[in-house]
Amino acid sequence: MPVKGKIVWVSGPTVRADDMTGARMYEMVRVGEDRLVGEIIKLEGDIAFIQVYESTSGLKPGEPVEGTGQPLSVALGPGIIGKIYDGLQRPLTDIASRVGPFVHRGIYVFSLSLDKPWRFTPLVKGGDEIEGGWVLGTVPETPLIEHKILAPPTLPKAKVISVEPEGEYDLEHPIVTVETKQSRRELKMYHYWPVRRKRPYRRKIPAQVPLITGQRVLDTFFPLAKGGTAAIPGGFGTGKTVALHQISSWADAKVVVHVGCGERGNEMTEVLVKFPELKDPYSGRPLMERTILIANTSNMPVAAREASIYTGATLAEYYRDMGYDVVMVADSTSRWAEALREISGRLEEMPAEEGFPSYLASRLAEFYERAGRVEALGEPNRIGSVTLIGAVSPPGADFTEPVTMHTLRFVRTFWSLDTRLAYSRHYPAVNWMLSYSMYLDAIQEVWEREVDKDWRYLRDRAYEVLQREDALKEIVRLLGPEVLPDEEKLVLDVARMLKIGFLQQNAYDPVDTYSSPRKQVMLLRLFVEFYNRALDALEKGVRIDDVRAVKVAAKLPRVKFEVPEDRLEEIEGIRREIHEEFDELSAEVVRGIV
Amino acid sequence: MIIEGVTRAAFDELVEIETSEGDRRLGRVLEVGMGKAVVQVFEGTSGLATRGVKARFSGRTLEIPVSPDVLGRIFDGLGRPIDGLPALIGEKKLDVNGAPINPAMRDYPEDFIQTGVSVIDGMLTLVRGQKLPIFSGSGLPHDLLAAQVARQATVLGKEEEFAVVFAAIGVQHDTAEFFRRSLEGSGAMRRSVLFLNLADNPAIERIVTPRVALTAAEYMAFDLDMHVLVILTDMTNYAEALREISAAREEVPGRKGYPGYLYTDLATIYERAGRIKGRKGSITQLPILTMPSDDITHPISDLTGYITEGQIVLGRELHRKGIYPPVNVLMSLSRLMKDGIGEGKTRSDHSGVSNQLYDAYSRAQELRALAEIIGKSSLSPVDLKYLTFGDLFERRFLSQGFAENRDIETTLNMAWEVLSVLPEQELTKIRREHIERYHRAEQR
Repeated sequence: MPVKGKIVWVSGPTVRADDMTGARMYEMVRVGEDRLVGEIIKLEGDIAFIQVYESTSGLKPGEPVEGTGQPLSVALGPGIIGKIYDGLQRPLTDIASRVGPFVHRGIYVFSLSLDKPWRFTPLVKGGDEIEGGWVLGTVPETPLIEHKILAPPTLPKAKVISVEPEGEYDLEHPIVTVETKQSRRELKMYHYWPVRRKRPYRRKIPAQVPLITGQRVLDTFFPLAKGGTAAIPGGFGTGKTVALHQISSWADAKVVVHVGCGERGNEMTEVLVKFPELKDPYSGRPLMERTILIANTSNMPVAAREASIYTGATLAEYYRDMGYDVVMVADSTSRWAEALREISGRLEEMPAEEGFPSYLASRLAEFYERAGRVEALGEPNRIGSVTLIGAVSPPGADFTEPVTMHTLRFVRTFWSLDTRLAYSRHYPAVNWMLSYSMYLDAIQEVWEREVDKDWRYLRDRAYEVLQREDALKEIVRLLGPEVLPDEEKLVLDVARMLKIGFLQQNAYDPVDTYSSPRKQVMLLRLFVEFYNRALDALEKGVRIDDVRAVKVAAKLPRVKFEVPEDRLEEIEGIRREIHEEFDELSAEVVRGIV
Repeated sequence: MIIEGVTRAAFDELVEIETSEGDRRLGRVLEVGMGKAVVQVFEGTSGLATRGVKARFSGRTLEIPVSPDVLGRIFDGLGRPIDGLPALIGEKKLDVNGAPINPAMRDYPEDFIQTGVSVIDGMLTLVRGQKLPIFSGSGLPHDLLAAQVARQATVLGKEEEFAVVFAAIGVQHDTAEFFRRSLEGSGAMRRSVLFLNLADNPAIERIVTPRVALTAAEYMAFDLDMHVLVILTDMTNYAEALREISAAREEVPGRKGYPGYLYTDLATIYERAGRIKGRKGSITQLPILTMPSDDITHPISDLTGYITEGQIVLGRELHRKGIYPPVNVLMSLSRLMKDGIGEGKTRSDHSGVSNQLYDAYSRAQELRALAEIIGKSSLSPVDLKYLTFGDLFERRFLSQGFAENRDIETTLNMAWEVLSVLPEQELTKIRREHIERYHRAEQR
């Protein structure tokens, strides 16, 4: 029997209702004559405090509030990939075809297409003993994704009574009938899951496989592992969104969930326009065939923004449970935190730092804990991962503000975007002195086994040059570069080459936008070997001006965009040029010409 | 103001208030409970008594009438005519709050707008449907620049002119008058609409002014198929009015006393720019805000920068040097530029040239700072070329007259002219074929 109450107070996105005895925390409710979607976030006696996920303009005290008996949930089944949803998993394209280009409220459209038939191939048979998480069968969802139909994780031990044969069925058609101790149940190709509860798994396993993003500064210097967590804070204009779009485009994950949480509408449009055209570098298929978009732009209702992060995480976990590597990108967690703050303020809770509620840190921790590489429940055995990448938008680019500060406690990779670098158009503006990755040692083995055995040496050697340059910068600022000894001038030169030729990466250049791991190592080797040879030449008595005159030096910064992925052997040729020129230089010294 | 004895009042509803003297004012419901409503009075509460004031709840949110006759008219900050002509007889009435555009129905902005201002066209390209604010300071010529853009803006290859919606938010009479005359002078007034909330009008009304203006703009863009350029000046006054209301309601303040929802609130204004699939028109926004004490990290400019698609930052130092427009290019950015330029839109070398200009100018600035300490004589010959580049960039490329309208071809050629000061191997951001084609083109 659902609870029925009535509105007694309306203030922005929060509503108070009385006569709500029997209602439960986080229960989904329908508010007002228009039956707006809301969620109970506080109960006091028979008064319920409700956050409403739609605009409350025109809502009056006295209007009815009706409980649904269910927590806020998403529907999980085939048909999610390629869709654009709002924060409550309402399909935005379907809403548009129903009510036109503006979002109005009180519209209810089911998240999945119920009438579309899917080709189901069973994997269980009559008599099998199954339980929650088992793979019942498969459905080709897109040419890239084989959707595994999972038994709901809450299903107790049960015996399969009957299974539909291979064929096309719509989502409401029961495909498997099981008998549990208590009752007989019909399972469909979809099930519901409450967004605020993480989906269960058998066990977590260590994150050791690098997540390749094709972005050199990230993959080589501050790598992320599959199942890991990363935060990317930066002031406005530092290129957060571009970096996240690059990751969504090029990450070597099976599924990408891109959550636009309180950000610009045109950015979501950009993804919608570009992704169907962009090709996945691993399969050659359109990127949209592996992407799920959740768009709750800044001008859409603020409470739904709060929910959008959880909706995204739940969808990501669902595909993880199929045994896939999933990347979820949340842009931006600061807007999510602001939604928390606004709701908390309306509830007149005691604020902690900068008006944020005191539970901000624990909510952030909970969210990032939903990342991980896991062994899924049920048979057959599957290993999947959810990698979480959260953008943070610190006000005034001040990293000591609460959201950035707390986020850093819970993530293991930190990509710090720098306003100064962005102003000088160094993109991606990742500050190489402040950023860090705690996965470096864990993923080293995979890089060295599969790409290049010298990977760690090259990476550390290049990083050393950048570190030394940073230390020298102060002296140069005060005294100019001419006072430095030749060896240190070389450090400055090579650091500048590395910055232009390796760290900077143009997202809009067709060649430069993506660098394979192979290309990354080859490029890095060019700079490191140039540095080593030049250092050696200086020791032998060659002057820095002669090193600077080496012809190949002018070529190095251009290699990144002049050598495409299918002609990588050309880099090998340039490497030979380095050695030949330096051999000649050294020979001249020996002959006493220089 | 709190009203008691209310039945059936709705959240966000428009309220008509009549004082004991028969004076009429408008208000809006901020919070509502059983028999009680918190109402914000647009014209201020001065002269209101706790007794004898009547309030009538209208049952609707604030709406304005719209019709094609809206063009050429001047209204106050709440959308009531102040040009002496009769009120509009609308073909329909629109809620000033609008509704968010469904992200799935947006069309991606990628039509290059030629503003005739080199620094904007060349390095901060504006496209149709973009929101690109001018971050300025008091005493800087932001009005001049906005008026120049409004006058000169065209879309290449299409002879469609922009309609202009101008919203004055708490600015001085002179500023509003300057824009009006500038529009009249260029003959644009017949396709313009002005909404004026001047400095001496009630501050609370400022909350509504940009929304009224954008409602008219949406009507013009999406019903009348026009390309609309919306100028909102000054958004700082808007944010201050919002703070005033928030303080009056005793809300928990965020940074510098501004309410925690300032970001969301500003977004409901700025996000009303854009294009919609299947509709011909577009809304391009050019909001102006003066940064208090030129501080770009101030909440108003900071949050605006997070919402808008870039920013044009004006610099005091350049202004002092006598350079117009004094755009600090290194702090400025246009996020949608990449899709509005290149082959078939502007010219194939545009992207490389623009990147190189940024790179070289940033290096020139670094070297200027260094030269001040160690003297020019200790710089290398290449470094000295960068210094020359920096000066030339500011004098030739950046500077231009208020009435000077440069087409994109001229702008890019001027860029090459200043870039040609640098040796070829320094141009690391430009593709070789473009260097061969355009570098020192004059000498060849």
